[in-house]
Amino acid sequence: MSFTITIDKRKVLVDEGCTLIDAAADNGVFIPNLCYTRGKPCLGTCRVCSVRVNGKVTAACTVPVQPGMVVDVNEPEVAEMRKLLVEALFSEGNHNCPSCEKSGRCELQAVAYEVEMTASPFPYRFPKREREDAADHIFLERDRCIFCQRCVEHVRDEETGQAIFAIHGRGTKARIEIDVGLANKLTPEQVHAAAELCPVGCILEKGVGFEDPMGSRKFDVKSLRRRMLEGETS
Amino acid sequence: MSRKLIIDPVTRIEGHGKVTIQLNKAKKVDWARLNVVEFRGYEKFVQGHPYWEAPMMLQRVCGICFVSHHLAGAKALDDMVGVGYGNGVQMLPAPEKMRRLGHYAQQLQSHVAAYFYLTAPEMLFGVDAPPDQRNVQGLIEADPELVRRVLRLRKWGQELITTVFGKRMHGIHSVPGGVNKNLSTVDRDRFLNGEGGLLSIDEVIEGAQEALKVFYGYHEAHRDWIDNFAVVPGLNLCLVNDQGNVDYFHGDLRVVDQNREVVEEFDYHDYLDHFEEATEEWSYMKFPYLKRLGREAGSARVGSLARVNVTRDYEAETPLAREALARFHDYNKGKASNATLHTNWARAIEILHSAEQIRNLLNDPDLQKEDLVVPHAETDWTGEGVGVVEAPRGTLLHHYRADQDGAMTFANLIVATTQNNQVINRTITSVAEEYLTDVDEITDGLMNHVEFGIRAYDPCLSCATHAVGQMPLIVTIQGADGGVLARRER
Repeated sequence: MSFTITIDKRKVLVDEGCTLIDAAADNGVFIPNLCYTRGKPCLGTCRVCSVRVNGKVTAACTVPVQPGMVVDVNEPEVAEMRKLLVEALFSEGNHNCPSCEKSGRCELQAVAYEVEMTASPFPYRFPKREREDAADHIFLERDRCIFCQRCVEHVRDEETGQAIFAIHGRGTKARIEIDVGLANKLTPEQVHAAAELCPVGCILEKGVGFEDPMGSRKFDVKSLRRRMLEGETS
Repeated sequence: MSRKLIIDPVTRIEGHGKVTIQLNKAKKVDWARLNVVEFRGYEKFVQGHPYWEAPMMLQRVCGICFVSHHLAGAKALDDMVGVGYGNGVQMLPAPEKMRRLGHYAQQLQSHVAAYFYLTAPEMLFGVDAPPDQRNVQGLIEADPELVRRVLRLRKWGQELITTVFGKRMHGIHSVPGGVNKNLSTVDRDRFLNGEGGLLSIDEVIEGAQEALKVFYGYHEAHRDWIDNFAVVPGLNLCLVNDQGNVDYFHGDLRVVDQNREVVEEFDYHDYLDHFEEATEEWSYMKFPYLKRLGREAGSARVGSLARVNVTRDYEAETPLAREALARFHDYNKGKASNATLHTNWARAIEILHSAEQIRNLLNDPDLQKEDLVVPHAETDWTGEGVGVVEAPRGTLLHHYRADQDGAMTFANLIVATTQNNQVINRTITSVAEEYLTDVDEITDGLMNHVEFGIRAYDPCLSCATHAVGQMPLIVTIQGADGGVLARRER
C-alpha cells in the first residue's frame, strides 16, 4: 500500500513498511549516513542520518514511514546537526585521509564532503589504538574505526553464524576486535566484501591498496549521493 | 667586542633554518653554522601502519619533491614484496618508464622553480640589490615576458605530474611491484603537441635552453664572482647507470673526488655499510659521511652540481643537454667543480636534460603497455626494502622494514639536504670569512651573500628534519663569559 508523507515541504508517495531513509532516496532526497546499508537490517549506531520527524529529531534509518509524516531533511538546523555529528567522528578517531588506502572509496570522507565539513570544531582526541594484524588477510587499522558495527552485524562465519568482529569496552575505551580463527576461514572474496562493507579504512585487505588511480576511484567515478539515490546498497 | 650575527629565518628556501655566525673581538669569524630548528617525526609515526601506505604517508614530508619520496618509497616496497631491484627482479617496461616520466616531470618543474623563482633575482639584480627588488615580484616588473614563459614551463611540468600521479601534489601512482596507470595516447599527444593551453614539448625544450642562456649571460658578466664565490671542497655523490653516468631513477651509488676519480661505488642497498651519520647538538639535521674517509674528508655533495661532476656524458638521445654538459666540463678543465654558484649552471643543464628525456619517453610506446605490476606471491615477501632515487636536490634514500603481518616496524629517510649538510656549512663559513670579516658595518646586502650561498643548494629543511628518537638533545646554559653554568643531556 502507498501513501503520502511530506519531506522538506514536498508531498511524496511512499510504500508502506519502507524505511524513511530509503523512501527519501527513492524520491530524490539524499540523507547522509554511515552505518546503514540498504537491504540489510538497520543498526542506528552512527546517527548521521538524523532528520526531524514530526518535530522530533530521529535517525532516518530507524523509522518506518507512516501516513502523514512530516520530515525536515535539509532544514538548516537539522543539516548543521548532521554536520556536527560527522565532525565529532573525525575528532574522535585518527583519520589521516592523505595516506589512507580507502581515500576516494571512504564513506566517512564522502559524507564529510556531502555535509561540507572543512575542519572539526571539536578538539581532536588523538586516541592511542593498537593495530591488529594477526589475521592472515585482514589488517585492522583501529585508528579509523567509527564503531558503526556494520562488520559486527553483517560479517558472520558462514558455518556457525558466529560474529567475527565485536566491540569490546565502553566509551573511550571501546575498540573493535577480531576473531582471528574465524577471520582466517574467510575466503578472499569474503575478506574483500568485509573490507568493502567497512565505511572507513579500518578493515583492510593485507597488501592490497591504491589499485584504482585517482580519478577512477569509487567516489571519483560516481558520488555517494548519486549511488544512494540510484538505490545502490552502499 | 665579539658579535653574533643571526639570519632567522633564512628566506626563499623550503623549511625553517637559522644561521649563526660568531665573530670574535678581532672581527674574524670564529664559527658559522646552519642551525636547523624544525623538528618532525615521520620515521616514528609511520610505525605500526600498513606497509603499503608508507610511501603515501612519507611523501607528505615535503610539498616540493613529494614525487621523489613517493618513488623512493615505492622502490622500497618493491623490495619488501620480493619483486624489487634488491631481489634481482627487473621492473616491467611500462611501470618503470611511467615512474621515470613522473620523476623527470618533477625534476623539470622543481628545478625551474628553484632556478627562476629563488635564484634568478640575484642573478639579474645582484646580491646587493634592495630586498624589495630582489624577489619574484621584482622579476615580474623587470621582465614580465620572461616570467610568463617560466610560468608556462613550470605549469607544463606540473600538469605532467598531475597526469601521472592523479593530483598536483601528493598523488598516488606506484603500488608494490609497479604502477596503477599507464599513459593514454590522448595525454601523450597533449604534452607532445601542446593542446589545451599547454606548451608543446618543443617549446618546453626551447624554454629549457633559455634557462641556460640566462646563466651564460650572467656568467659572462660576473665570471670572477661566480667562479670564486664559496668554492668549498666536497666529494660528489649520485646514482649512476652502467656507463657511470647519472641515472635519476636507478643505479649504483658512485662517489667521485676533485679529479672525478671514483672513490667508492656500491649498490645503494649497502648504503649503511659505507656511510655513517654524525650529529651536532646545534642542529636537527645529521651529517652523513663515508665511513672509510671520516667526516672531514668523506662528506659528499649531492644534487645538480654533484651529478654533473660525476657524469662524463649524457645519452646520445639528449643531444642538447649533452652539448651543455660538455661545455661545463671543458670550462672546468675536466675537474669536478667546487664552485657553489656552478650549482645554478648545473641546474640549468638538468632542466634541459629532463626536458629531452621527457620527450624521448613521450615518444616511447612502452608507456601505453598494459602490464603494470610484477606479480608477486606471499612467499616472495622479504619485509625489508631500500629505495634510492636522485631527487631534484640530490640522492634520497628510503629504508623500510615491516613485520610478517605487514605493519611497519622501521623507517629511515636520508634526504638530499642532509647529505649536503657538511658542504652547506662549509659554504656558510667560506662566505662569512670572505664577506663578513673585518667589516665595520654588516649590511643587509652582505648578509644576503650568506643566504645566496645556501640557496644555491635549494635546501629542503622540511625533508631534512623528519627524524625522531635518535638524536641527543643537549641543553647548555652559558654565562656571559661563555662558561657553562648548567648542562642536561637526554
